[in-house]
Formats: sequence, structure tokens, C-alpha cells
Amino acid sequence: MTLTKDEAGQEGAGDSYTPSQRRIEREALKRARSRRATAIAAVSTLLTAVVLYLVVVNAPGWPRTKETFFNGQYAREAFPKVLEGLWLNVRLLFVCGAAVLVLGMLIAIARTLRGPVFFPLRVLAAAYTDFFRGLPLIINLMIVVLGVPALRLQGVTVDPVWLGGTALTLTYSAYVAEVFRAGIESVHPSQRAAARSLGLSNRQALRYVVLPQAVRRQVPPLLNDLVSLQKDTGLVSIGGAIDAVRAADIIVGRSLNYTPYIVAGLVFVALTIPMTRLTDWVTARMDRRRAQGGVA
Amino acid sequence: MHPAPRALRRAVAAASIALLATAVGCAPQPEDDASAKASAPTGNACAKGKLATKTSGKLTVATDEPAYEPWFKDDKPANGKGFESAVAYAVAKQLGYDKSAVVWQSVPFNKAFAPGEKTFDFDINQVSISAERKKAVDFSSGYYDVRQAVIALKGTKAAKAKSIADLKGLKLGAQVGTTSLNYIQDVVKPTQEAAAYAKNDQAKSALENKQVDAIVVDLPTAFYITAAEVTDGTIVGQFENQGGTPEQFGLVLDKGSALTSCVTEAVDALRKDGTLAKLEQQWLSDAVDAPVLK
Repeated sequence: MTLTKDEAGQEGAGDSYTPSQRRIEREALKRARSRRATAIAAVSTLLTAVVLYLVVVNAPGWPRTKETFFNGQYAREAFPKVLEGLWLNVRLLFVCGAAVLVLGMLIAIARTLRGPVFFPLRVLAAAYTDFFRGLPLIINLMIVVLGVPALRLQGVTVDPVWLGGTALTLTYSAYVAEVFRAGIESVHPSQRAAARSLGLSNRQALRYVVLPQAVRRQVPPLLNDLVSLQKDTGLVSIGGAIDAVRAADIIVGRSLNYTPYIVAGLVFVALTIPMTRLTDWVTARMDRRRAQGGVA
Repeated sequence: MHPAPRALRRAVAAASIALLATAVGCAPQPEDDASAKASAPTGNACAKGKLATKTSGKLTVATDEPAYEPWFKDDKPANGKGFESAVAYAVAKQLGYDKSAVVWQSVPFNKAFAPGEKTFDFDINQVSISAERKKAVDFSSGYYDVRQAVIALKGTKAAKAKSIADLKGLKLGAQVGTTSLNYIQDVVKPTQEAAAYAKNDQAKSALENKQVDAIVVDLPTAFYITAAEVTDGTIVGQFENQGGTPEQFGLVLDKGSALTSCVTEAVDALRKDGTLAKLEQQWLSDAVDAPVLK
């Protein structure tokens, strides 16, 4: 900023501020330049879109592709059925998501407990996470959904949705437990030491000092796992339950047209995008807070 | 925002152009591929043993793995036992390929009749012919008239069903992509959503584990399942054909395959001289004694 005469605080002039000629010119130039940039971007985008459209539509095989993947009639037929199936995916996501967070937290705490008396608990928790992180989800699902009912256990449900949800919870709680554990271990030991020196017990230190910091730090990877869980809910269709993917499958099997798959895929993407934006927003907000040196 | 350095910008522009070029280069083969192949054998297009097959001099036949009874025996399609194995060899013989010239290939049910380049000459896998599917693949004429049947466990409510109305309130299951599932959804229209399984095996185990009340399969499979696999199962009944036309299994060929007409001719000839009927008698149980559900 260059000081102009107007800004030299004359008496009686009150605080009526009139920008200088030079400033007006400068701002006009800035506006003109940003207008020009926007115009160029718009034209460039339009040109790219036109070129892409022409390339795709004139590519040999486009009519066949359009017929096989983007058939309006099948899309209309599939959409309501896919949505109906999606309701199952969404319910599974909420129930399993809640169960996974609770179970994952318990396992993470079990792994980070101190003291020789907890040794077997630590070993068990470590074995659990190692096993279920390594076990392919599909095998886990097959054993739980198709195998468990064959045991004819008294009082154990044979509903494929409950069984599938159980299998998903087993695998994902192992993932989430590791995320939580990384969070707990990333809290600086001085925090715990400070809490203990204030007279908090081990449990209180964990509850009021360590965990709040650990969880907050782990929000982005947790949301990542949640998005991943959302897509994997479709795998419970192994047990015959009809989710969005299987609903599409049924129409594809009958008609040999692949549009229903595309519809189901787009529906999942549409569901994932808000989650991804939420993740980004949460991360950005946390970064801002940290940068301001606010209360972490 | 810092503008990207000039070199980077140039690279991005070049990359986009390269991408467009590959997109154009990746175009599929032209549609007239099949007719080019068709004109390969001169003179009689169906000359015995000289068809334009995938491997010249050999006939490549595909089916799913595991191959189920009574269509195949011992999961070995090449042993000539079981109805479909026998039909495949009969068709091959009719086309002028003896047993040693037939090569079997394992292709999953759903993949066998998916659109696109095929790795086999024809597929024999209990695939029902439908007008909708004909848009994606070629079929030979039908080699077997099929009926769909309902299986339930003995002594259950489902086993006592006498009509389609009795099935409405039950939990039914079938393999995905099959006409059996269509029968559940279009004919029975049950109040509970049908269960759809990736394989018949899973439908069978779901029935045994009481996850479903009844499953729908084709009648010969139903006879085999209740006789050998789910021995406490019983055939509740069979459905009438939808729309009055008999449902038929056909051999699946690539869309526009040069062999379709020859294979169809062979199947028709086998039907005419009674070979198909004889093989049915030999390998498939008599399907007369299952009550028809109306």
C-alpha cells in the first residue's frame, strides 16, 4: 500500500475514505484480468468437452458400447430395484459401522494396556488383529454366511444378513483397531506423564487425556475405512440376500445387458462422494485448528 | 496458486493428446469379423470336420465347473457320461469331429453367455434360450425342453404346497441369472424377497440349513438333488411353461458365429433321428410324476 494524501488523516474530514485514482485503476485491472482468466478457462473446458464427445461418439464400436452399457430401458428398469437393494447396504453400513467402532476401540485399548497382568489380553488382541486383517474378507464371509448355518447351532440365527454383518464386523474391527492403536501410540508420552502427575489414574489418563487426542487424530483414516466398509456391504449377497449389486446382477443375468451394473456402480459412487467430501472437510478443519495453535 | 512450469504444462498437453490417440486406437474389432471367418471354408460351409473352429481340426466345447449331475457325471465332461456330455459328443459327431477332436474348457455359467469374444466354439451348460439373450449371443436350436421345479424339505409347510398360491408366503431361493429365479419373481411373486445365490450349491445348502423354505431348479436337477444330495428333500411340483411356449436349453455360440447354422442343423438332425430322445431316456429321469403347480 502506498499512502496517499487522502489517508493522511485530515481534521474535519471525518473518516470518509475515497480510494485514490491509482487504487481504482489497479482494482479495475485486477477485475479485468480475472474476467479474462475465467473466459479462457470456460472456452478451454468447452473445447475439451466437445473434443472428448466427438472422439467417444465417433469411435468404432460406440453404438455397441452404448447398447450394452448405457441402455435407457434397462437403466429405468434397474434403478428402482437397485435402490431397493441399496437400502440393505445402507442399513448394514450403519449397524456394522457402529459395531466396528466400539469393537475396534475395545481391541485397541486391550492392545495398549500396560502391566504384566494384561499380557494374555494383549496377545489375544494382537492375534485377533493379525488374523482378521490377513484373512481375505470373501473367505471370512463364506465361512460365516455359508458355513456357520451348517453347524445347526441352537439359538444362532441363519439369516444371511445378520451373518454377513457379523463377518464384516469381524474383519473391519481388526482394521479399525489398528487405526485406533496407531492413534493412541501417536499421543506423546509426556501427555500421559503429565496426566499421571496431576493425580489422574491410568484409566482416567486414558479416558480424559489420551483417547480424545488419539481419536481426533485418526478421523481421516477412520472415514476411509468407513467408505471401504460401505462398498464391501455388497458382499453379503453371497448368502442370497439381495443388495444393490445382486439386484443389478439378476437383471444382467436375464438380459445379458450390462447397464444395471453401471447404474449400481454410479449409485455407490453417489453415496461415497458426500462421505469423501466430509472426510476432506474434517481434515481441513483440523489442520486449520492445529495451525492456529488452538486447543488440540 | 503458482502456475505450473512451462515444461509441465507441455507434458500435460502431450499426455492428453496421447490419451485421445490411444482411445481411438483401442477401438473394438469391426462388426464384420464373423462374416470374414465364415467365408474361410470354401464350398459347403458345414463341411464335415472342416468348420471354422477356434482351433482348426478341433471342436472346443465349454461348460461350468463343477459340472453337475445329471447333466455330467463325476465332474468330468470329457467322459461322455451324463446328458449334456452325451449331447455334446453327438453334436460333434454330427459335425464330423470324433471323440478325440473334442476339447473341453471350463467357463463359469454367467461368463459363458456374456457378450464379447468367446474362447470356445459352443457352450453347453443348461442355458435357456430367450429372445432377450439372443441380442447378446447366438443359440443353436433347443436340445432339451425344460420344466422348472420346486424342492422343499420333507414335512415342512412348503412340501405340502399344492398350488402357486401356497408358495406365495414362503422364502424361496434360486441361482442368479437363471430362469428359475425368473419363475419365482414373475410367476410366484412371493411376499418375501427371493434369495439369489451365485451357485446352485449355495441354494442347496441354504435349503438344508433352513435359510429358505424352498428352492427352484430345473426338473432333472431337482430329481438328482432329491435322490442323491438332499435326501430329506422332496419335489413339491413343477411349473407350467410361461406364455405357453416350452422353455428350451440351447447351445451358446458367439454372436454372429459362423458355426451357428451348422450346429443348429446338427441339433435338428439329432432331434429328428431320435438321438436326443434316446439320450434323454438314458440319462434323465422320467419327469412325468411331478405334480404341476397351477
